[in-house]
Amino acid sequence: MKLKKLTRDIDFMDKVEELSGQSLNSCIRCGTCAAGCPFVEDMEILPERVFKYITLGEFEKVLEHNTMWICAACYTCSVRCPRDIDIAKIMEAVRQVILRANIDMVDVDEVDNIEELPQLAVVGCFRKETG
Amino acid sequence: MKTKASDYETSAMKVMEKLGQPLVEMEDWYCCGAVQSLTEDDIMHQIAPIRTMCCAQEQGEDEVVTLCDMCYNVLRQANDRMKDKEDDLETMNEFLDEDPDYEGGVEVYHLFHILKGMEDEIKDAVEMPLDDLVVAPYYGCMLLRPDNVAVDETEDPEIMEDMLELLGVKVLENPKRTECCGSYHTVNRSDIVEKRVEDIVSYAVEEGAEAIVLSCPLCQFNLDFHQRATDFDVPIFYITELMALAFGLDIDMKNHKIDPRSLLKEKGILE
Repeated sequence: MKLKKLTRDIDFMDKVEELSGQSLNSCIRCGTCAAGCPFVEDMEILPERVFKYITLGEFEKVLEHNTMWICAACYTCSVRCPRDIDIAKIMEAVRQVILRANIDMVDVDEVDNIEELPQLAVVGCFRKETG
Repeated sequence: MKTKASDYETSAMKVMEKLGQPLVEMEDWYCCGAVQSLTEDDIMHQIAPIRTMCCAQEQGEDEVVTLCDMCYNVLRQANDRMKDKEDDLETMNEFLDEDPDYEGGVEVYHLFHILKGMEDEIKDAVEMPLDDLVVAPYYGCMLLRPDNVAVDETEDPEIMEDMLELLGVKVLENPKRTECCGSYHTVNRSDIVEKRVEDIVSYAVEEGAEAIVLSCPLCQFNLDFHQRATDFDVPIFYITELMALAFGLDIDMKNHKIDPRSLLKEKGILE
């Protein structure tokens, strides 16, 4: 499994903090991010749980849940976080750690009705879900 | 903008012409990439938006205005990053073939920034107030967040409401107006977008909205297209389409999945 190799090979928390420029230990687990997130019902675990797993070194638990892929970087959590953590940047960093291991989350051949979709949706999706 | 959102471009061009502030398309530009890349080390995905800044600089312009909310957000964030981080600008210029280097002197605006200072011109241009039309304004994300690029108050914007009231439209309070429409999930997770659309449109309908008004081509597509999975058929207008109608200008409205003509005829706005 590529994901297992990934979790053994890198220091996930350091990488996420380096890529995002954010401090995960600033999170006080208040849940404001989840409370305002318009996608929270589709997330298997809440953003604060993602942070907890990263800081505890339980990387596999982050990777086996879908939270970072459901986040669409709408920045609602980022503007509301009482600790001024830019959560959208942390989600992006988690996505990037995975995508940079050559794991894509979308395949152009499997997209239905691609001709009907606006170009900016396709470009945006491939930016966020392929390496 | 040239194909799937041509209704926005053509109506905006006509409206700004009528207001005496015609928009001139840049001689050259690049696709911005639609979504901003948020990692600290990623300069590569800032290249396309900064190339567009170079095009403006080359043309001797120091201001770029966008119609698309996503273009605005990406160009503005990338441009601000180059202004704020000298090292990133230096790295960028080493990457770019463009000569001379980008100096960081271009400012990025959205159409709303321009309209904000033109209230008197808008009032004077209205030939047919849209008095009977009840609409819910919808901002989505990219005009308002992150807050350093917001065109208005992030949590309580009024700029669109102010513009719509100048047209005579009855504007509803819409607390859902700053919530995400589902964005690029429309490509491979349409179930997520359908839930967002149901939530946003059902609230507007319950409050009495006959149409929803916005300025983002992706929000327009999502709210328009994905209503097919709901019980609703609320027309989704670009704000410039309503401005054009109030100004007595002809517009195509050819991109709409939910045809707005029957509503407009019912309201006496179209014959």
